[in-house]
Amino acid sequence: MSDLVQLTAKDFKSDQEVRWCPGCGDYAILNVVQSFMPELGIPRERIVFVSGIGCAARFPYYMNTYGMHSIHGRAPAIATGLAVSRPDLSVWVVTGDGDALSIGGNHLIHALRRNVNLKILLFNNRIYGLTKGQYSPTSELGKVTKSTPMGSLDYPFNPLSVAIGAEASFVARAIDTDKKGLAAVLEAAARHRGSAFVEILQNCNIYNDGAFDGVREDKANRIYLEQGEPIRFGVEGERGVIQHEDGSAQVVDVAAVGEERLLVHDPAHREPSLAFALSRITLETDGALPLGVFRAVERAAYDELMGAQLDAAVAQHGEGDLAALLHSGDTWTVGAAG
Amino acid sequence: MRYTSFMSSSKPVEQIDRVVIRFAGDSGDGMQLTGDRFTSETAVFGNDLVTLPDFPAEIRAPAGSLPGVSGFQVHFADHDILTPGDQPNVLVAMNPAALKVNLADLPKGATIIVNTDAFNERNLQKAGYESNPLEDGSLSDYHVHAVALSSMTIEALKEVEGVTSREAERSKNFFALGLMSWLYHRPTEGTLAFIERKFARRPEIVEANTRAFKAGWNYGETSEDFAVSYEIAPAKLRPGTYRQISGNTALSYGLVAASRLSGLPLFLGAYPITPASSILEELAALKHFGVRTFQAEDEIAASGAALGASFGGALGVTTSAGPGVVLKSETVGLAVALELPLVVIDVQRAGPSTGMPTKPEQADLLMVLFGRNSESPVPVLAAATPADCFQMAIEAARIAITYRTPVFLLSDAYLANGSEPWRIPDVADLPAIPVEFATGDGDGFLPYARDPETLARPWAIPGTPGLEHRIGGLEKEHETGNVSYDPENHDLMVHLRAQKVAGIADDIPELQVDDPDGADTLVLGWGSTYGAIAAAARRVRASGRKVAVAHLRYLNPFPRNTGEVVHAYEKVLVPEMNLGQLRMLLRAEFLVDARGYNKVRGRPFRAAELEAAITELVDS
Repeated sequence: MSDLVQLTAKDFKSDQEVRWCPGCGDYAILNVVQSFMPELGIPRERIVFVSGIGCAARFPYYMNTYGMHSIHGRAPAIATGLAVSRPDLSVWVVTGDGDALSIGGNHLIHALRRNVNLKILLFNNRIYGLTKGQYSPTSELGKVTKSTPMGSLDYPFNPLSVAIGAEASFVARAIDTDKKGLAAVLEAAARHRGSAFVEILQNCNIYNDGAFDGVREDKANRIYLEQGEPIRFGVEGERGVIQHEDGSAQVVDVAAVGEERLLVHDPAHREPSLAFALSRITLETDGALPLGVFRAVERAAYDELMGAQLDAAVAQHGEGDLAALLHSGDTWTVGAAG
Repeated sequence: MRYTSFMSSSKPVEQIDRVVIRFAGDSGDGMQLTGDRFTSETAVFGNDLVTLPDFPAEIRAPAGSLPGVSGFQVHFADHDILTPGDQPNVLVAMNPAALKVNLADLPKGATIIVNTDAFNERNLQKAGYESNPLEDGSLSDYHVHAVALSSMTIEALKEVEGVTSREAERSKNFFALGLMSWLYHRPTEGTLAFIERKFARRPEIVEANTRAFKAGWNYGETSEDFAVSYEIAPAKLRPGTYRQISGNTALSYGLVAASRLSGLPLFLGAYPITPASSILEELAALKHFGVRTFQAEDEIAASGAALGASFGGALGVTTSAGPGVVLKSETVGLAVALELPLVVIDVQRAGPSTGMPTKPEQADLLMVLFGRNSESPVPVLAAATPADCFQMAIEAARIAITYRTPVFLLSDAYLANGSEPWRIPDVADLPAIPVEFATGDGDGFLPYARDPETLARPWAIPGTPGLEHRIGGLEKEHETGNVSYDPENHDLMVHLRAQKVAGIADDIPELQVDDPDGADTLVLGWGSTYGAIAAAARRVRASGRKVAVAHLRYLNPFPRNTGEVVHAYEKVLVPEMNLGQLRMLLRAEFLVDARGYNKVRGRPFRAAELEAAITELVDS
């Protein structure tokens, strides 16, 4: 990379007019992504954005990298083929709550369990935007929308719980308008070899405005997770998180329980149960929401394992010889004399 | 070259020109292995041959039951043959159920070799026999050899250490194989070597199977029940080196060859499904050819991953059968819009829905042509014989790569598992598949500009500096590839995509017609019916009638002379294992009054039924 040119955010903007609704949280995310990309030091041509269908899925059109706007829910599958056959690329999947957790739920969990080298950004706005306002798999129970006039009957998915349940090796959460927090999480995701799953809370100001106001607007309810630090938050750090003997985590007054009882964050913990417990802390249950990296463990990425098998096969059998393959098994020769 | 058995026979030998043998038994009796071995011996001996394995979808249906019967038919001859044979001349029945299931297929006078030990009351009852057919005279029209296969095998193995009598009984298929090898003068070295190799880790099993095999051979030689043995001289095949090959193996090798010829790494996305799974298994064992196989979470992901790999510059392939291919429709549609190479192999089986998983059918043709939303043109190819799968896999890849398009290649359950001798091509004679990735500094790069000849767009793979671009399922603007909702542009793009596929007609061979006598009736087929149609035509001609035969390997676009060919004949007959799908296309495209012969039984056509259908039309 001796001739590496220092890129800027502008280099990552495509010539296409951005067409999200004015005020959409997607703009903020796009800006942060375009701004932090140069810091990765990866040449533009080696970056690929793959998306499915939905508002978020328009994202690749606005990035001046390689990109594919594919099929509803299938981006992780398509990106898997690309990432597995091209370990030299930095492959990003941009998806939404419907795309990733409804129609594409199967592909998401399998990409995560395989630890395919993908950065998966799930823009969660808890609503279907592109189809104009039906409930999504993350909409709260009882949600009244055009398709649920009497309230949704579907118990919602917690995206992080799903990802951790699938044993993703990297799981994080950020807020669309929280530039610093989002950039930090994205950078950590980018540097993680393997599947990195990032839920980005994104406000849909048209169909589900204010869905995350409790943490998006009220910064005191943000629980920033820091590796090796006791988990505490609030204006004065007066609230914190403890873990009960049954494994569950809970928000408490630090003064009431004592600092020493606070849970110390360990995203590298071998077991995913700690991260899972943290994912269960929500605005609804605890009036606060953890942000940052929940889990980051090292595990061989899928493309590395596959590449190693290819190398081992060559070491064992030698480079494939087509003529020998065609002649494998019992052969017989018919002479010219007949 | 002379092949010898380990002993030579002292009994009278009769020369015959061909025979059809069917091995049948319980699915646990090892009939597929027995048939396979017998076929290998026959191939090495130099006969022409065609096989038809026929097994239940159930892995182990209840022992002794009718649904649990597994069969393997092999037809071999001293001349070139085209089908696995309509009716077996010899049936080896390992139990009453195998006899019951297969008896109706036998012509009167056929030979039946039964394992009498299995004809006990319990098995007879399971097979639904009220009395023992070996004793009640119901088999009087056949030559029955009653052989105590199980007990003689156990007897032969009683001195083998470490083998229980229960295990010994399981070697009875090798006894049967030995007996059949004696009866038809098959070379035996190959099977003995195979036993050594296959059971290398269990020397006592090697010993048991070897003894059983030899005991079967010796039984034929010494038993008075078998008065003569038969010789079938080697066939006069074209000079060259041969092997036997099944359709799925030929597809796998063809894909590897296409990877080599194009210089593109092969990526296979697949989900296990009968009868396509063995392609995934074959290719998974060829990692030293740089082959990446990905067993996906479902059929959708399998095709999606293949398309993603193609985007990255690999030869992306996905393999399945009809119930899986339906799930790939959206990926194929995306590949049509993205204009990227993708090879989709459909090993057809009987449907609808799950249908009959192990049985062949040709009823996916209209699905692969039209089973997508909107105007979504895709080239469609079909292999005609097991060995032809090799060539057609290369063709499918060549067209996909050259024209940046998804391509369907149709096979079926009969081609997949059936085998025939294959004259192994010289690798140096295989044509290269040129690939040009786009390069440039990016100034004025137009991802949807087109090659004037092929109408293919540039293949600019990630990693190429300066050519960063975005593609997707939304309609593209001509040349720029930008998202466009312009009505005229959409009309243009719909036409361009159609023209691109239609133009492939100029890049494929013309339809060859076999018409030595100047007939007024044409039989036009496609896919695995090739052998049965050709065999039927021979018989019709032998009866003094005239008939022309042609076989389509390209179904979209049709070869450029197809219209000319069908209009050159007064009568056109289209035999298909469906309700007339090609016939519908021919009628629509060429306004020809094509007639169908349509049977959808989940088994290949018999030459005799096609002979009757052709004769009737010729005489009409």
